[in-house]
Amino acid sequence: MEKKTLFDKIWDAHVVRSVPGGPDVFFIDKHFIHEVTSPVAFLNLEKRGVGVLYPERTIATPDHNVPTVDQDKTIKDKLSRMQVERLRENCEKHNIELHDLGSAHHGIVHVIGPELGVTQPGMTIVCGDSHTSTHGAFGAIAFGIGTSEVEMVFATQCIMQTKAKKMRITVDGELGNGVTSKDIILYIIAKISAAGATGYFVEYAGSAITSLSMEARMTICNMSIEMGARGGLIAPDETTFNYLKGKQYAPKGEDWDKAVAHWKTLKTDDGAVFDKEYHFDGNDIEPMITYGTNPGMGIKVRGFIPTTEGMEGSNKSSYLKSLDYMGFAPGEAIKGKKVDFVFVGSCTNGRIEDIRSVAAFVKGKHKADNITAWIVPGSREVEKMAHEEGLVKILEDAGFELRQPGCSACLAMNDDKIPSGKYAVSTSNRNFEGRQGPGARTLLASPLTVAAVAVTGEISDPRDVF
Amino acid sequence: MAYDKFNILKSTVVPLSSENVDTDQIIPARFLKATEREGFGDNLFRDWRYDVEGNPKKDFVLNDPTYSGKILLAGKNFGSGSSREHAVWALYDYGFRCVVSSFFADIFKNNCLNIGVLPVTISPEFAEVLFKAVEENPKTEVEIDIDQQTITLLSTGQQESFDINSYKKENMKNGFDDIDYLLNIKDEIITFTEQKV
Repeated sequence: MEKKTLFDKIWDAHVVRSVPGGPDVFFIDKHFIHEVTSPVAFLNLEKRGVGVLYPERTIATPDHNVPTVDQDKTIKDKLSRMQVERLRENCEKHNIELHDLGSAHHGIVHVIGPELGVTQPGMTIVCGDSHTSTHGAFGAIAFGIGTSEVEMVFATQCIMQTKAKKMRITVDGELGNGVTSKDIILYIIAKISAAGATGYFVEYAGSAITSLSMEARMTICNMSIEMGARGGLIAPDETTFNYLKGKQYAPKGEDWDKAVAHWKTLKTDDGAVFDKEYHFDGNDIEPMITYGTNPGMGIKVRGFIPTTEGMEGSNKSSYLKSLDYMGFAPGEAIKGKKVDFVFVGSCTNGRIEDIRSVAAFVKGKHKADNITAWIVPGSREVEKMAHEEGLVKILEDAGFELRQPGCSACLAMNDDKIPSGKYAVSTSNRNFEGRQGPGARTLLASPLTVAAVAVTGEISDPRDVF
Repeated sequence: MAYDKFNILKSTVVPLSSENVDTDQIIPARFLKATEREGFGDNLFRDWRYDVEGNPKKDFVLNDPTYSGKILLAGKNFGSGSSREHAVWALYDYGFRCVVSSFFADIFKNNCLNIGVLPVTISPEFAEVLFKAVEENPKTEVEIDIDQQTITLLSTGQQESFDINSYKKENMKNGFDDIDYLLNIKDEIITFTEQKV
């Protein structure tokens, strides 16, 4: 019998037909939408005079541009308000489930999907957002699409896709103290570069991965796109099943048993071949931080910014341009650099475990005077748990400002912007120029490192601080 | 949305050699608030093109009258990051019909093909030849022939072929899009769904 990877098994089960010399017609089980990449798709659908084929397979929430204060009031920014209102109108008109601002399950689309149990093993999941790869943590094929494809899913529940090549990244060994899944993924991207997995779909495996919680796995899959991969996935196991059991949309009773029996078959066959494989040793991973303007530009917090040795041409000039933007020089230590803002949140690290870990570390301490500290829960559910567990009190006592759920300063579409020239250490996923506001300088790190930075006011290794 | 048919494109070239240009640079997130697909070209490369007061930055290539054309010659790993199709809308709206690079990010490339902007992947060596030719003579022309799948530097005749699958090629040549195809096989999709459930 043909040996298949997990990716093959799910992919092949969703191909409606293959176009000769072209892509596959690929069936989508679940479609998430938000206010920014859906309005033009709805508009074009109407121009064509076509409806939504399976509205029950789409779930909506406004997250990208929403304010993180006064969510019970009318949105002040006119364009943001119009996008959110358009989403409401479109969901109403097409009978699509909407988790609106202020409702019990409002939040970042990639936080609420898993939280509701919508995301399940074996599914194909798309959204007009590149961090859709997050859902791969459940053993699903999940990836970001453009607005034209959002329209295709509305109209036909399918998109046209060429099957990606397959890559496996195995991380074995035990993680050291102060090392989190964010450090694993920043380490991997630094090793293989921001374009190192372009053209591939990645399966993560190995003991350092399977020992992680679902939330930690989501952080890893979330950032697959930051090395160019279409998506990343992890085979479902007991950790996955335990997370899903009892969730609102998870199967119940007999259906649950049947589903679990099926989900247990969703793993790569022994002997299945990948187009590319990497092996890393978990013992080698330390707290990581980025110093440049793409997520591949990462080093150990205790490390040094690389010199230009061996670089030439546009490679060297792009590198120096990036360091110039950041205000750093080649060969410098990153530790001890002054910081102005910390941001805890986003679909990468805005879940309850992230907030718990920050709270545990800053308990009884206070942020440094030069730091503005924002903490933005990924969803209302996360916010509620943070209150119930007393985390909000700990964080507020430490000088953190708790905001309401949304994408917030990760992409700064709303007012949560880092001022030009200021340094922000963020738990989010992108350190691109201007990502957190025009001229803002972003350094990506784990929630623990961010907590250490908040307390010391400078780049610090969490292992030195607590 | 159906778009212009693409056959042979002969044009001067706008060079942008920076590597790893992400879609946040092509169109920053704060300009994604529209509910219609109009006017994105005004904010193409916004923060590289204009300073905070909105004055054009003289050293940015789009503000240099020496360079113009329908072809953007880009550095390695162009279009990484966010899946925002708005990045391609901005390129199209500005007037680009083709982006040439030695390496494209996946989602960006897909979005290009869905909008009717042709992504042409060439070897790093040929990219260097083109950058040099345009630097030496900004009026130099490049011809892209989708049917022959070739890209030619007209001043010297140097040529390379590029890949595009036959399905997408037909789409580009005829201005068809994927939705036309999918709507035509809707019954097959419905049958597939019913069997699956």
